[in-house]
Amino acid sequence: MATVRVVPCLDVRDGRVVKGVRFQGLRDVGDPAQQAAAYAAQGADEVVLLDVTATLEDRGARERTVDAVRRGLDVPLTVGGGITNSDQARALLGAGADKVAVNSAAVRRPALLGELAREFGRQCVVLAVDAQADGSGGWTVATRSGRQRETLQAAAWAREGERLGAGEILLTSWDRDGTGDGYDLELIAAVRAAVGVPIVASGGGATPAHMVAAVAAGADAVLAASIFHDGVWSVGNLKLVLAARGVEVRP
Amino acid sequence: MSDVMIIDTGLANVRSVEVALQRLGATTRRVTDPSDLARADRVVLPGVGAFGPGMANLHARDLASSVRQRALAGLPTLAVCLGLQLLCEGSDEAVGGRGLGVIPARVRRLSAAARVPNLGWCAVADMDAASGAEAPRAPVHAYFAHSYAVPGADLERLRASGWQTLTADHGGLFLAAARRRGVLACQFHPELSGAWGARLLRSWLENAEQEMAPWQR
Repeated sequence: MATVRVVPCLDVRDGRVVKGVRFQGLRDVGDPAQQAAAYAAQGADEVVLLDVTATLEDRGARERTVDAVRRGLDVPLTVGGGITNSDQARALLGAGADKVAVNSAAVRRPALLGELAREFGRQCVVLAVDAQADGSGGWTVATRSGRQRETLQAAAWAREGERLGAGEILLTSWDRDGTGDGYDLELIAAVRAAVGVPIVASGGGATPAHMVAAVAAGADAVLAASIFHDGVWSVGNLKLVLAARGVEVRP
Repeated sequence: MSDVMIIDTGLANVRSVEVALQRLGATTRRVTDPSDLARADRVVLPGVGAFGPGMANLHARDLASSVRQRALAGLPTLAVCLGLQLLCEGSDEAVGGRGLGVIPARVRRLSAAARVPNLGWCAVADMDAASGAEAPRAPVHAYFAHSYAVPGADLERLRASGWQTLTADHGGLFLAAARRRGVLACQFHPELSGAWGARLLRSWLENAEQEMAPWQR
């Protein structure tokens, strides 16, 4: 079986890596190409680049960032944020992304997932699901960087996304994002029960124990940002602890 | 150093393999014409996407027979992911569709016992070395992104035809890489497989036609 992936996430704005809490209060934490290469050298299994404010930026800038990151990176690169059609996906893949993640645009127009899968293959298509607890034990989908609450249920939407062409689910708990309170394990389990494709757990992961729990709940990869940016954990040390706790990771 | 021609059918994402080869000092060129291939020292057949459109594209550009000829002749050719599958006899992904017929195997869907698509790092093992006197070395991992593969049951046929093989396991044994003379076909993405992937690429660039497989050097 494939090993559990440890995935640093770079939220990018205006060509710089930023980090906030629940997508707000963004602060500058570095250069994307330098950080991606440093994480890969530490043992990152993949790097995710999310353009958190893509809808407010010009597109050429995004491709320049992807190109710069790609030149120094020898592990897979997933890019997401504001992708609304095949042309944009093609440009990002052409600049060096290996997978593209779509969120808001797929909610608006689900057929986008099928279009991307047919042109680039399912293994290139990631459905990013930002989930918000609905207060009654379920989760609804949030779009537009968390600003808009949809009526869609997260697990049902993930299942529909898989049917339409998504080859992976990037599952973010909006409630936990940037808090360090741990992944939303019930959310992961609910989506795991709904889909057969890999799940990348995101939002709140700050300790090896959080990650062990996410894997037990059904995640195939664990994504984190703050703990790596702030130097709380190097990817390498984190993987050593995960391995010692019985999680199969790439050494 | 080496001059590498990358077949660009417009379908596959060639950027990652292109910059990986450039990082190793190779000069690369994207080609779409059979006459370019005839002159090429080294050729990369990349691939993401589906088997049917992949083959259709090679035929539409009249590239299929050039690729087949050079691969049969053992000229330095690197096939990646779908590229490996296109070198096979056929695939369940395109019923009735035929591959290039260089690798004597048929491509099947990965077992539903594991996550499909397989998007991740799997340990790869050198079965040729393991069956010999040499002790198996530390496990290495490679990055895979696929839903189809050559199943373990076909490996005997490959080896009987002179292919050296690497295997991996994801809900069952499958072909991770095959090598015969200058042809190196990888189901994984060496360009995305970290330092080990880079070493493999370097080995293929420098000594494509040596006795030992690039992963044994």
